Amino acid sequence: MTNSIDNKALYAYLLRLADSSLTMGQRLAEWCGHGPYLEEDVALTNVSLDMIGHANIFYQMAAELSDEAQTADELAFLRDAHQYRNPIITELPKGDFAFTMMKQYFMDTFNFFLYEGLSQSSHEPLALAAQKALMEVKYHLKRSETWLERLSLSTEEASKRIQKALDDLWFYTPELFETDATMNKLFQQGVIGDYGELKKKWDSHVQAHMNHCELNLPETGWVATGGLEGEHSEHLGYMLAEMQFLQRAYPNSQW
Amino acid sequence: MTVTDQADNCFSKKEILSILSTVKDPEIPVISIQDLGILQNVDVSGQTVRVDIIPTYSGCPAMHTIKTDIKQALGQHGVVDMEVRLLDQPIWTTDMISPKGRAAMQAYGIAPPLSINEKKISCPQCDSTHTTCISEFGSTACKALYRCESCLEPFDYFKCHA
Ligand SMILES: [Zn+2]
Repeated sequence: MTNSIDNKALYAYLLRLADSSLTMGQRLAEWCGHGPYLEEDVALTNVSLDMIGHANIFYQMAAELSDEAQTADELAFLRDAHQYRNPIITELPKGDFAFTMMKQYFMDTFNFFLYEGLSQSSHEPLALAAQKALMEVKYHLKRSETWLERLSLSTEEASKRIQKALDDLWFYTPELFETDATMNKLFQQGVIGDYGELKKKWDSHVQAHMNHCELNLPETGWVATGGLEGEHSEHLGYMLAEMQFLQRAYPNSQW
Repeated sequence: MTVTDQADNCFSKKEILSILSTVKDPEIPVISIQDLGILQNVDVSGQTVRVDIIPTYSGCPAMHTIKTDIKQALGQHGVVDMEVRLLDQPIWTTDMISPKGRAAMQAYGIAPPLSINEKKISCPQCDSTHTTCISEFGSTACKALYRCESCLEPFDYFKCHA
């Protein structure tokens, strides 16, 4: 099975994984010096570091598959917004702490089940990367789960804000489970897991925790889509302008 | 050992291992890369030395420094032809930290990761198990921040990673 893996499809998929982690990591890094208190400031940036680490691994794997001699740095710093394949939720501005933690919780739960599935990938490097990332994501999830509980069951102000974060973010989550023809190919080759199954696991886990936190899922809203095809919100362009500035202004500069 | 002692620049594996024992984790400078469990293989063939290491955390910014430190240490002892590879397996866990490494961590003021038969994290200063987690992340991604309720000292706990 392994020798028939479609490299082009895998390349595109790895970019989706990498772009999602990088945009999450970059938004978390914006909390540096702005956390609600010192320990939390440190925690947010540490999670950011893990996520940028995951992005780096996936970019490196993608770079190895690329026909043009691309490097991981070039993939991160020299592609434009329309070439990014992350779901829109990961590029949204960081908002307040409740918004960041709700987004983190959604992504941690998603990544937990995603990497659990990818740990069984027929593409061994991907399976290994997923196994490693999963160990870190477990810890992230424990933390974001606790924060949701803490915020929703504490003061009126906190529970109002976390409910608002849920209302604002909920309809960005269906996009996480979108698949395209290339992903279906990879699924058939045993490279990636079943996204339908992934959605079921995510739904039941999230529903249970929302009930526990006494939070109400919104019933209707505008459902985000487009990231997989490179159609993004205006926020991604601004984020990349800042993130890629140095590499664009001083091409090939290194640390 | 001077370069002239090694006129032909051939090293034994034992010599290389002894040089590598001086390479420490830049974030916990009392623990060697061997005791941390990230040094995987050392191959010496003729004048060529190849060292394989594995990363701790995916985003650990110290890996680059460790690679440079290894090259520098070997270079200082006259090794010219060397390669340091970062392997993607085996996957590092805190079970790979040696007993010597755990003891060094404890003496340095960092509580080592809980072993299977331990339930409570004990204070590296006074050994009290009456401790509280203040933050899931400490000064680096691999540590959490704790406080001892007996001696009131805050301390880093090296998290279990498995
Ligand atoms: Zn104490």
